[in-house]
Amino acid sequence: MTPGEPLIRWEWIAAHLGDVGHRILEHLVLTGLAVSIGFVLSLALGVWAAHRPGVYAPITWVAGVLYTIPSLALFALLIPFTGLSVLTSEIGLVSYTLLILVRNIVAGIRSVPADVRESALGMGYTPAQVLWKVELPLAMGVIVAGLRVATVTTVGLTTVTALIGQGGLGYFIIDGIQRFFSTPLILGAVLSVLLAIALDWLLVQVERLATPWARTRQ
Amino acid sequence: MGAVNDLSLLVPPGEICVLVGPSGCGKTTTLKMINRLIEPSSGEILIDGQPISRIPPTKLRRRIGYVIQHIGLFPHRTIADNIATVPRLLNWPEDRVRRRVDELLHVIGLDPAVVRGRYPAELSGGERQRVGVARAMAAEPPVMLMDEPFGAVDPIARARLQNEFLRLHQELRTTVVFVTHDIDEAIKMGDRVAVMQSGGLLAQYAPPEELLTRPANDFVARFVGADRGLKRLALTTVGEIELGQAPIVVEGQPLGPEGAGAPTMPAYHLLLDDGRRPIGWLNSRRMAATGKTSRDQADESSPFVQRDTNLHDALSMLLGLAVQTAIVVDDQGRYSGVITLEDIARALRSAIESAPVPTPVP
Repeated sequence: MTPGEPLIRWEWIAAHLGDVGHRILEHLVLTGLAVSIGFVLSLALGVWAAHRPGVYAPITWVAGVLYTIPSLALFALLIPFTGLSVLTSEIGLVSYTLLILVRNIVAGIRSVPADVRESALGMGYTPAQVLWKVELPLAMGVIVAGLRVATVTTVGLTTVTALIGQGGLGYFIIDGIQRFFSTPLILGAVLSVLLAIALDWLLVQVERLATPWARTRQ
Repeated sequence: MGAVNDLSLLVPPGEICVLVGPSGCGKTTTLKMINRLIEPSSGEILIDGQPISRIPPTKLRRRIGYVIQHIGLFPHRTIADNIATVPRLLNWPEDRVRRRVDELLHVIGLDPAVVRGRYPAELSGGERQRVGVARAMAAEPPVMLMDEPFGAVDPIARARLQNEFLRLHQELRTTVVFVTHDIDEAIKMGDRVAVMQSGGLLAQYAPPEELLTRPANDFVARFVGADRGLKRLALTTVGEIELGQAPIVVEGQPLGPEGAGAPTMPAYHLLLDDGRRPIGWLNSRRMAATGKTSRDQADESSPFVQRDTNLHDALSMLLGLAVQTAIVVDDQGRYSGVITLEDIARALRSAIESAPVPTPVP
């Protein structure tokens, strides 16, 4: 950092407000897309694997391997195939959500008491009705817990995709690093933290609204 | 060798058939074969002459009420929605569903206005058990399967739920297959009892009376226990024997002139409130001395029983509370008589005398 330079130059932020709004939106889209796609994929995998231990083990193994690849390396590996594109960043971001989401969806479905499932079947629910009307609603708490972790993680990871020309708020962070200029660096970091907190809060509200029965538990 | 072998039995329509036996004897497996949660490897099950293997499982199950030990109420649905499960699967119009739910809540003694919107977690164990039974009966199924339905509640609540269900069954005359490991419950609930031994072998299938007087073999004799005479008490209700009458006095009213001070005055009077509901026993001498008939003097240790309480339960209550006399009340809780240990002992003696001596099995 240049000596004598203040930590934050508010006038710089004021001059770039339009850019800030644009980057926040970009960050939200990248995160939202990744978590949504990851959730749909995980739901399919989780439902398939929940009552099939032979399927669950390999799925978590693959998701676990994906999860351990450093994000920077994953993006670098993908560039020859998909270029510096949204697709590249989304492939990476989606892969990182899978492990958390699949695990929580399966744990949620498995947490449904056996007697509840048995009585549902015994009263004449079809297996699909048991899934949609009994298992998934009851698994909601555990599933949303997974979504919260996945969302917060993805908000952080999305900043890294700035390195391949995407990145939302990560753009400010890289800009700051390259120019030894602390204002955008701090701005990008603080805003992505605030974004993560806001999204997490939003999901808590969604969960509260979607699980009215959980509030009455003595 | 399967879990159940060579089992053949006929359940007459409108009766309660109890499958009883030690754990692992295949009684639950048998029950689950009736609603096709388990498919038999061979053999056939008919309902009303129709082989169930030709009815699609979900369609079959919507016509068969099903209650299991842990009830399995849906924790995420309100009580009303839980009870409405099968009617909604059968696409009943919504106003008919609502009427049926309220009707059933009345039947099981819960106030619809209070309970309708509650979640299962907000009810007591006994209430949840009742809701489970109501849910199974919601679409008026001709057949009900019950797997240890009262197994998870305390003995007093269990006796009450059993009596309630028997009363309900009197009206509805549903065909019920009922699984329990408790021979006392089997004798109390069953029109017929199937005693099963391991491997799903049917040891004896008979009305409870016959099971107690003529056990078919050693296994049955051991299973029903040495206290067979005592168990037969469960086959007689309080209403079936002649009730005694206690000297009574109504709260706030003075003791009649014939009572006070007379040499033959009984030691205790039963105090009733102005609705003729019993409160407790008053010591006659003290009452005569003070001239007061107030409830704070009353001894409330006698249990209350109803006419449909069986003698076995009545005896258990008396022994449990270490008292001599139980007060018999009607549906509205009004006094209708008393029953004593002696009355029960007399009934027990006549039961034993009338029972033929079982032929010993080599």
